[in-house]
Amino acid sequence: MRERSLLTLLMLPAAIVFAAFFLLPLAQLVVIGGSGKLGWAAYAEVFSGTHYLKSFGQTIALSVAVTLFTLVVSGIAGVFLERNRFPGHSVLTAMLTLPLAFPGVVIGFMVIMLAGRQGLIPDITDMLVGERLVFAYSMAGLFMGYVYFSIPRTILTVMAAAEKLDPRLEEAARSLGAGPVRVVRDVMLPALKPALLAAGAICFATSMGAFGTAFTLATRINVVPMVIYTEFTLQANVAMAAALSFVLGAITWAALAFARSLTGSSVAAAG
Amino acid sequence: MRMRRSIWFWLQLGFTLAVCAFLIVPIVLSMLAGITQNYFIGLSSGFTLKWVIKVWTDYQAPVLLSIQLAVACLACNLLLGIPAAYVLAKRQNAFTRAIEELLVMPVAVPGIATALALIVTYGSLGGFRTHWTFILAGHVLFTLPFMVRSVLAVMMSIDLTTLEEGARSLGANFIQRFFGVILPNCRAGIIAGALMVVTLSLGEFNMTLLLHTPLTQTLPVGLADTYASLRLEVGSAYTLVFFVIIIPLLVAMQWASNAASRARSL
Repeated sequence: MRERSLLTLLMLPAAIVFAAFFLLPLAQLVVIGGSGKLGWAAYAEVFSGTHYLKSFGQTIALSVAVTLFTLVVSGIAGVFLERNRFPGHSVLTAMLTLPLAFPGVVIGFMVIMLAGRQGLIPDITDMLVGERLVFAYSMAGLFMGYVYFSIPRTILTVMAAAEKLDPRLEEAARSLGAGPVRVVRDVMLPALKPALLAAGAICFATSMGAFGTAFTLATRINVVPMVIYTEFTLQANVAMAAALSFVLGAITWAALAFARSLTGSSVAAAG
Repeated sequence: MRMRRSIWFWLQLGFTLAVCAFLIVPIVLSMLAGITQNYFIGLSSGFTLKWVIKVWTDYQAPVLLSIQLAVACLACNLLLGIPAAYVLAKRQNAFTRAIEELLVMPVAVPGIATALALIVTYGSLGGFRTHWTFILAGHVLFTLPFMVRSVLAVMMSIDLTTLEEGARSLGANFIQRFFGVILPNCRAGIIAGALMVVTLSLGEFNMTLLLHTPLTQTLPVGLADTYASLRLEVGSAYTLVFFVIIIPLLVAMQWASNAASRARSL
């Protein structure tokens, strides 16, 4: 019994801080969401108002596209890095995972350096076709930023999963006459599937909630976090912002809960 | 092992190098832009430190506040997170799993939503709203799961019970066991968690944009400010200052995680 009270005592500081600064505010957020001029209908408005629905649709479509693209890119690079050893291997791995904890604002700036008005890609297209292709401030720029953000973490997950692959299974498949495509599709992908699904869910959730990148690129793209920010600061519509936040939070939380059920670990930094 | 590299090897290497270039080239470009006279003209306009100096004179306060926040956030994490991880390691049941699940929620819920929740709850407490500890509350929520999980992972990989029994049989009380046996054995997890906490706190923007006031501007909020309103060289110079602070932390983090995985595989 003494041990039990000791453990309770040790848990108490974290529990109090967590309850006071997260659980209580979150409950308050739900109540505020239903206290505007629309009342609880604000939550219905999230799903019926064309403006908000369109914003959710765009954000989900963008996040799905980012997730699929990131999985393909990181899947190839991650398996390659785990399977092959060559001079410079550890430096290459270190560089690919360096931007792991870059904040979204900085990633937005990286996109500006690549595809902004004075960026590298416009310089190159100017040389090649005589026209400056500037896309940093569009949906494509946002896509690029989210992919940039997602690659380092996804590569790490893929490498950890690829370490556990048994190369003998692939050898066996090859000796039975399977080509490279079939080995990847029928042997490697099924084995990597849990890791890819988990990494994908994290990638999706962080893309849904990412705010810094969209803020830096200052586009008129209405991703949900930007809509929440506008409702709160410019429209002073706290209730609608609260309702939108709650729905967005529920979506990202569900995606991550899905990831956790697959691997048991999904702490991801939202950008 | 095949000794001759196949065409597939070279194709995949090329692809991986391209991905690496995508990540690293803009970092290098922005660093160069921060020390270039006029980036529009190009590097031929010459190098200068005037942009970095301008950033340092104009944005010293946000940089210092961010460092202060990160240190305070780390202290809170050590005080709250390590005891919590210990409890979670000692008791593995449905209740502690639910606690673990709850603790991760501030990472799963977008920062802007958490910030809004804090504002609607505590925003009317004027003294707290304008104080830097208001931002600290958000940072602690967001970073705590990283510390708890990092320490918990190490605690689960060592035989906590045997270690404690041994110390107890030698007459050590709980305080002696905790500081003399448990903490030293969790060093790798604490270091990895601490590096992550400091890195995340220094870069946190999603919450901080709403939580900050004009007098409590942090480094990333200042970054967004320069990106939006000032010339590219100034934004780059400020980013350079940020990189100088954050990249050593990220490299240390990689080193710590490599050391931890080596320790686990031994």
